Amino acid sequence: MTRDELKRVLFVEIGNIAPEVDPATVGDDVDLREALDIDSISFLNLVIALKARLGVDVPELDYPKIRTLRAALDYLAARIGRG
Amino acid sequence: MAEFRMPSLGADMEAGTLVEWLKQVGDPVKHGDVIAVVETQKGAIEIEVFEDGVIENLLVSVGQTVPVGTALAFIRSAGALATPAVGAAKVPPRVAPSPVVPAPPRAGPAAPAPFAALKISPAARRLAADTGIDIGTVQGSGPEGAVVFVDVENAWRRMQAAPPAKAPPAPAKAPAKGIDLAAMRGAIAGAMARSKREIPHYYVQHMADLGPATEWLARTNANRPPEGRLVLAALIVKAVALAVRGLPEFNGFYRDGRFEPGDRVHVGSAIALRGGGLVAPAIHDADRLGLDDVMAKLRDLVNRVRAGRYRSSELTDPTVTLTNLGDRGADALLPIINPPQVAIVAAGTPARRPWLVGEAIVARPVLQLALAADHRASDGHRGAMLLADIARRLAEPAGL
Repeated sequence: MTRDELKRVLFVEIGNIAPEVDPATVGDDVDLREALDIDSISFLNLVIALKARLGVDVPELDYPKIRTLRAALDYLAARIGRG
Repeated sequence: MAEFRMPSLGADMEAGTLVEWLKQVGDPVKHGDVIAVVETQKGAIEIEVFEDGVIENLLVSVGQTVPVGTALAFIRSAGALATPAVGAAKVPPRVAPSPVVPAPPRAGPAAPAPFAALKISPAARRLAADTGIDIGTVQGSGPEGAVVFVDVENAWRRMQAAPPAKAPPAPAKAPAKGIDLAAMRGAIAGAMARSKREIPHYYVQHMADLGPATEWLARTNANRPPEGRLVLAALIVKAVALAVRGLPEFNGFYRDGRFEPGDRVHVGSAIALRGGGLVAPAIHDADRLGLDDVMAKLRDLVNRVRAGRYRSSELTDPTVTLTNLGDRGADALLPIINPPQVAIVAAGTPARRPWLVGEAIVARPVLQLALAADHRASDGHRGAMLLADIARRLAEPAGL
């Protein structure tokens, strides 16, 4: 999966929990939960969706590693295929 | 024969609009079945029936706005002998005719329904909500001028084709929530004004050590797939439920001049809507659910509330409310009681603060708890016991 494809998947799943915002308008390095006002249950829904879509189970300890768009793409790209 | 009436879904609700019948004449229904969808200031609410029986007669048609208490349907109870007149507009002969009781008299002049009963199909209503089309501006082409799906679709196309200067400021993709936020703000204001006017509130605050709960959660979640993980809110819901079960003067309703303790514990969990507004639907029997079940209910409620789809009983059943700022917010929150309940517990945002363990100052996650309670049902001394009990339970999370 290319980085662009990964980004599309991430945007779709972010759109499912924050439907009124366009993730493309969010800067690559801002805190996603702050910028999009995502609470802990919605964030958990995003993690669940990422596991279903990409097969990547993000453990709680790694939540800080998917805090921004850039960090999340780096992290997911590195994890895909490694389970 | 039972009358199924327009329910009151909040202290402030005066009328509702029937949006959809999910059962038809002759359909069997049982306690808890959703039989209609009603639009209120809090959005489209699924209305449940509380009898077992068969729908004898539907009295209100889709699109009609009727006052709270108006009979919407007759339900022949399961115990009654079957009558041949299924679908007939009369009651069975051996039963005294149930009078169609008009809405209970209200103080003040009875205002006419504020808008004409527009006929709108459910599909059209949903599409209008999703596209932000004002359905009042759509010309209906269906039977009796009803607005049907294709009418809204055409209106949406015309709006898309319109020059950008005339387009609404909202981005075209943003689906509206099907909830009128201005109306919801009015509903919240009405209920809270009544609360502040009628309920003699008192307030108690307490700081809870969240160290054990935080560590327990991290340990528990480390071995679980995401769909099995817990969030702190689930622990707080359960701790509140167990605490009010032991101190029943905080669980129940103040109605008709007296306090009625609840015989079950249904914790209303305040859920903020994206874009503003909130609702606090019930997690039923939260004191008897395991943490995993509380968590599952919480996730389900958050998802359904934000999709604008929840049930009438979930709005009216809470016997106590929890409002929780979550992990991004302020230290503390002083809540307002949601009538006819008599207590509301607020949890602030957990934060690391200096804390004494023995004689040593250590950094510890702490949680500011606050209680607003009704002096007609309890006193501050008991309120303090309640918060201390919640804190103690949070300090022993394995026991929740």
